[in-house]
Amino acid sequence: MALLEIERLEIGFGGLAAVRGASFAVDKGETHCLVGESGCGKSVTALAVMGLLAPTATRKAAGLRFDGQDLSGLSEREMSRLRGDRMAMIFQEPMTSLNPAYTVGSQMAEVLIRHRGGSKKAALDRAAELLERVRITSPGMRLGQYPHQLSGGLRQRVMIAMALMCGPELLIADEPTTALDVTVQAQILKLLDELQRELGLAILLITHDLGIVARVAHRVSVMYAGEVVETAPVAELFGAPTHPYTRGLLSCVPVPGKIAPGEPLGSIPGIVPRVGHGFTGCAFRQRCDLAGPDCEGTVPRRTLAGDHQYLCLREPTEIARS
Amino acid sequence: MTTNKIGLWLGAVIFVGIGLIALFAPLLAPQDPFQQDLTRRLLPPFWMDGHNPTYLLGTDQLGRDYFSRLIYGARISMMIGILTVIGSGVIGTAIGVVGGFYGGKVDDVVMFAITTRLSIPLILVALAIVSIVGSSTTVVVMTLGLLLWDRFAVVARVATMQVRTQDFVAAAWAAGCSHFHIVLREILPNILAPLAVVTTLEMALAILLEAALSFLGLGVPPPLPSWGLMIAEGKDYMFFSPWVITIPGVALCVLVFGINLLGDGLRDLLRTGRTT
Amino acid sequence: MSQPLIEIRNVSQTFRVKDGLFGKPRRIMAVDGVSLTLNAGDVIGVVGESGCGKSTLARVILGLQKPTAGEVLIDGKRLHDLSGKERARLIQPVFQDPFSSLNPRRRVRDIVGMPLVAQGGIPGSEVRSRVEAIMQRVGLDPAMGERLPAQLSGGQRQRVAIARALVLRPRIVVCDEPTSALDVSVQAQILNLLAELRRDFGLSYLFISHNLAVVEHVASEVAVMYLGRIVERNRSADLFHNPQHPYTKALLASVLTPEPGLGIPEIGLGDAMPDPSNVPPGCRFHPRCPVAISECATRAPVVTASQGGAVECHLVEAASV
Repeated sequence: MALLEIERLEIGFGGLAAVRGASFAVDKGETHCLVGESGCGKSVTALAVMGLLAPTATRKAAGLRFDGQDLSGLSEREMSRLRGDRMAMIFQEPMTSLNPAYTVGSQMAEVLIRHRGGSKKAALDRAAELLERVRITSPGMRLGQYPHQLSGGLRQRVMIAMALMCGPELLIADEPTTALDVTVQAQILKLLDELQRELGLAILLITHDLGIVARVAHRVSVMYAGEVVETAPVAELFGAPTHPYTRGLLSCVPVPGKIAPGEPLGSIPGIVPRVGHGFTGCAFRQRCDLAGPDCEGTVPRRTLAGDHQYLCLREPTEIARS
Repeated sequence: MTTNKIGLWLGAVIFVGIGLIALFAPLLAPQDPFQQDLTRRLLPPFWMDGHNPTYLLGTDQLGRDYFSRLIYGARISMMIGILTVIGSGVIGTAIGVVGGFYGGKVDDVVMFAITTRLSIPLILVALAIVSIVGSSTTVVVMTLGLLLWDRFAVVARVATMQVRTQDFVAAAWAAGCSHFHIVLREILPNILAPLAVVTTLEMALAILLEAALSFLGLGVPPPLPSWGLMIAEGKDYMFFSPWVITIPGVALCVLVFGINLLGDGLRDLLRTGRTT
Repeated sequence: MSQPLIEIRNVSQTFRVKDGLFGKPRRIMAVDGVSLTLNAGDVIGVVGESGCGKSTLARVILGLQKPTAGEVLIDGKRLHDLSGKERARLIQPVFQDPFSSLNPRRRVRDIVGMPLVAQGGIPGSEVRSRVEAIMQRVGLDPAMGERLPAQLSGGQRQRVAIARALVLRPRIVVCDEPTSALDVSVQAQILNLLAELRRDFGLSYLFISHNLAVVEHVASEVAVMYLGRIVERNRSADLFHNPQHPYTKALLASVLTPEPGLGIPEIGLGDAMPDPSNVPPGCRFHPRCPVAISECATRAPVVTASQGGAVECHLVEAASV
């Protein structure tokens, strides 16, 4: 059962089309990874779901539903009641998302009081309980500390605990470990994985790192130039990548044992195009070996066995041969 | 965003407009600004009864054409404003860049110089210097130029420290560039934006200080028509002929207001330019 | 045996930092007694987490910082006896952030030509032709020389930085996280380019990165840094297949390769974050070490030869006796 459904989402900034008809769905209790390179529209998509887009942006969608409820019709008041309560978000740089002027405890308590009311004492108890839950030692002391007194890894744990205050059903994590060291990254991902299994959270994880995707995702959506070009269960996506962009992206990552040291890595020629409104056809065609004149027309969404969809004119056998 | 742009343009129009008036003063002034005519003293400007159409803004207590004096006064204000910021800008930027670039002991000396300068009461010292050396346009420019470098130094120092930590400066070191080259080619072009804003602030300040000194009789010597001097000369007549002080006063306000608008607009423009 | 191209002898770098006006000055031990050699034609990868001193080490080797102790020999000559121009002809940097490593106010042509101009005495026409040649070599259209950095993509900027580093034909390039700020597909392009240029120009790289998969791909030898010291050093293949130091093992375990089904590894490191202003006594890794013994908290381990490399760990020390 889909908790979050996005259908043909379009987001524009002035003349620039940041998201162009992206569609995907996040099921209850699953980790859905949204992967792509910078500028592909993955973060903007998350912000659009949370209703946090800049006022200059335009948003249009055939469907934007959370637990069956249409989000596009909600007022700002109704949206802010939902935010932080039933759906929460954590960001790449925890330092900028925590207020440096307030203690960890008061910031965490405020979230709960705003949505659920109740006493400060009860909220602080809940905060301490959650800090312990995210494996922070001596939570009582941490509650009284300010964000700058914490290390990057601890701050991200605090952000996660804060996002869990109201017991959300959906957690959106935008590059949550990009600013962290590799050993800390593994710890944070492990934590997210445990929390999901115990609390039945749905996680929409936005990342550019295919290693993270492979290890934590249940389903993956690959974005390119504002479109979801391929969606598949994780084993399917890595085992049988179909869209030429996904295939190119996977060949770019050095994998010990697969590409011998010193051997050239695969690469995608050219750069990501800046796409304006009214652009038609496949945005990847200038960088694609299989592109032909027909790629300038409408591109169909094809569905393969095993709930695997991709956006391309070519048959899987044709692509696999190249 | 649009309101800021309006401010920027309004400021630019006022500044450039007054600048052009100053530049072409001899062509624009209808009368000789020094020509006295005691039979036509304190004639009122054109919107009052009893005005004389030859004298658009009336005449002063010595019967000189007030409109022409106002135009020539723009020359003094603009000249002093521009020359002062050139002098103080060069001094302040050099001091600030050296402090920010070398850091350590050199920076301590620079900081000492800046704080020393900041502790000096501006008007008082300017008055003292002018009263010792005697007043002339050159002395006013030199005095102000030697005093108003503090903000340039503060801004240049901080901006240099920021630019210095960037990797392109490290790349220039690694390429074996000389200190002189690094300061001139890598650092200076990247600190000009904040300095441009300081320039407008200091220019407005210099113009006001000149007016204040002239008002106190220690600025530009008569009969030169400085706006401050015009206010000083007119103050005895302000109860019966208030226009003799309101006209140069308004001119002064408009110029300073215009320069400040320009500075604010530039600041906003450069700030948004950096984030995009 | 030929002379090593870079020989780092017992280099230490400390900084004094004051917290506010009345704060007690703290001593930050960024690099602490590091020795390392780079032979001609090798790529030595330096890995470690933020604050381990790898970037400070790079700045010392580039001559941007005079070490507090120890010395760096480049091609047998003391780094600090070399003039800026001589040094520039031997060793050049490529930095992480292609946005801050190019002067936003200068044109690409001037940025790439800067090291030539700094040498002095090279005629303008020769500077121009050498700039064009190197731009072409790194895959940039010489017509881009007229552009400003802001008009280029991240990958193009990094190519400009590489062209600037190579225009003097140095023998060593210090790459400080050269692909960390880039997208995956651009990272692959830049890594391929660096490998190609190394072969063609006979370069040696000191390659600093936190990305172990990248280091395994490019390096022939790897040094693992932790809190200012090299805790393990070995040939790349040996280090990756048979890590000795518990920290190296943890680092390797935390690499997430794009292989689904493997799950997220258990790292087993505690929360005690390394703080270079407060280095623990004994083995500096012991507060986080999953296999620490009592001796680790009191006595610093000595460098021990093991598996063809060098390790600083009491357990390895004990095993080798």
